[in-house]
Amino acid sequence: MAALAVLAPLLAPYEPTAIDPAGRLSPPGDAHPMGTDRLGRDLFSRVLYGGRVALAVGTVAVSIGAGAGVPLGLLSGFRGGRLDAVLMRLVDGLMAFPALLLAITVVAALGPGHVQVMTAIGVVLIPIFARLARAQTLATRAQEFVLAAHAAGAKELRIVLRHILPNVAGPLIVQATVAFSGAVLTEASLSYLGLGTQPPIPSWGGMLQEARDVLFVARWMAIWPGVAIVTAVLGLNLLGDGLRDLLDPRLGRQ
Amino acid sequence: MTLVVRRLLTVAPTVLVVATVTFVALQVIPGDVAELMLGMEGQTDDIARLRKEFGLDRPLLVRYLDWLGHLVRGNLGTSVTYREPVMHLIIARLPVTFSVAFGAMFVAVALALPLGIVAARRAWSPIDLAVLAGSQLGLAVPTFWMGILLLLGFAAALPIFPLQGYVAFTRDPLQWIRHLALPALALGLERAAALARLVRASVLDELSRDYVRTARSKGLAGPYVLRRHVLLNALVPVLTVAGLQLGFLLGGTIVLEQVFGLPGLGRLLLQGIYSRDLAVVQGAVITVAVIFALLNLAVDLLYAVVDPRITYD
Repeated sequence: MAALAVLAPLLAPYEPTAIDPAGRLSPPGDAHPMGTDRLGRDLFSRVLYGGRVALAVGTVAVSIGAGAGVPLGLLSGFRGGRLDAVLMRLVDGLMAFPALLLAITVVAALGPGHVQVMTAIGVVLIPIFARLARAQTLATRAQEFVLAAHAAGAKELRIVLRHILPNVAGPLIVQATVAFSGAVLTEASLSYLGLGTQPPIPSWGGMLQEARDVLFVARWMAIWPGVAIVTAVLGLNLLGDGLRDLLDPRLGRQ
Repeated sequence: MTLVVRRLLTVAPTVLVVATVTFVALQVIPGDVAELMLGMEGQTDDIARLRKEFGLDRPLLVRYLDWLGHLVRGNLGTSVTYREPVMHLIIARLPVTFSVAFGAMFVAVALALPLGIVAARRAWSPIDLAVLAGSQLGLAVPTFWMGILLLLGFAAALPIFPLQGYVAFTRDPLQWIRHLALPALALGLERAAALARLVRASVLDELSRDYVRTARSKGLAGPYVLRRHVLLNALVPVLTVAGLQLGFLLGGTIVLEQVFGLPGLGRLLLQGIYSRDLAVVQGAVITVAVIFALLNLAVDLLYAVVDPRITYD
């Protein structure tokens, strides 16, 4: 597992560093390592640029999900009582939907486009982070050092920020990597369905949709975007696993 | 029996929540629904007329309550594109979606259970490592790509399976299987990847328990111990998480219907979105969410059956 944790950071940042600045939507001509698509665009470049979309969507979506979800969960777990009950009802409401369905619904409401997709996935992630943050807060809240801080007269916000947050950060970071990989997968699915990143902006899912139409005559189009997705997601998952192993012993878990 | 009824009743508030969220998402957020439906080309008079026709000029709360009233009576509105009641459209497509979902679940369980158990029993052996690596890979593969690859392999290169379409079970069982094989396999493989890890972890956990050691020290043979005690206990956490998997199962079904051209609920939903048919989109979203809730309920009940220690008040 330690070996995977070392390898994973090599896999994950592969996308941003590999972008070829000269590879824009170019007509057929020179050697195309991955072939060209229906409009003669170089697939290799499109796959590389698709990586940027995946990164962007993942980052923004996780930021939204964690940015809204974590404070929600912290607040809910720390304060408890009616606030907690109300907030958790809201969270349950969102979790009553299968993830992809919720994302599709939000995109249906906002219209297609990669910004909307980021928002949609972010919304799907909010309850997940909220639940996790709340559970961690509840577990930490009763511990001695928190009670001590409270007895020492520390203000509430200070307690949350200085004492609780660092202790719940571990699982949240792990969740963030998992959420990132999930976001990449979901963006690909939504783009495949035509609801995500719109042409001509290249996205792996969108490229696979184009490939499906010409499956019999242009088989090569269906291969590489998929490989890219798998590599990215796998790298992120392994990173998450490695992080989990790294952070767990520090937190003193079984 | 009262347990079942009582649990069924808990679905009702969930449905209400689902309906509300759907209403808010699809009627409140996009702003002017009439404009949305007619798109950019809509003339102002047409928009005003549509608004009146659908009662969209009434206050939000009135619209909401009115809509809930319709829902309770099973009236999901009429589709603008198909010119049919949405309920009819949905009912016609339910068998397709269920076929895919259950087919995939069958494949997933059939693969994951034996693989997970074998992997746990021979932990860290080559077989186990293969299962672990395979499941990591399976989780990283997007479902629709798996579908496309299978199409490439088994429909394009070797024309064993059809490229798309669906045949009802009642018409021709063999063709039904033929059309469902690839989508069920695509989704099933992915779900199996997730499930196999769970089964393995759960069985491993059980195998390390005290009572297993006791049974073994009493001289009971390995397989006997496994079957009698371990499997049943290991099933419980698997069931819980299998419930969480249902969401991904349904999501995958929606996407695969598009890949394989299966006329199911997912396809209906997407077509509704493309053609901006509000009634269809609302109806489809609510239906899928309700199915999700009912499936979760089923898992809950199964949970109570499998583990006699769990009792509901």
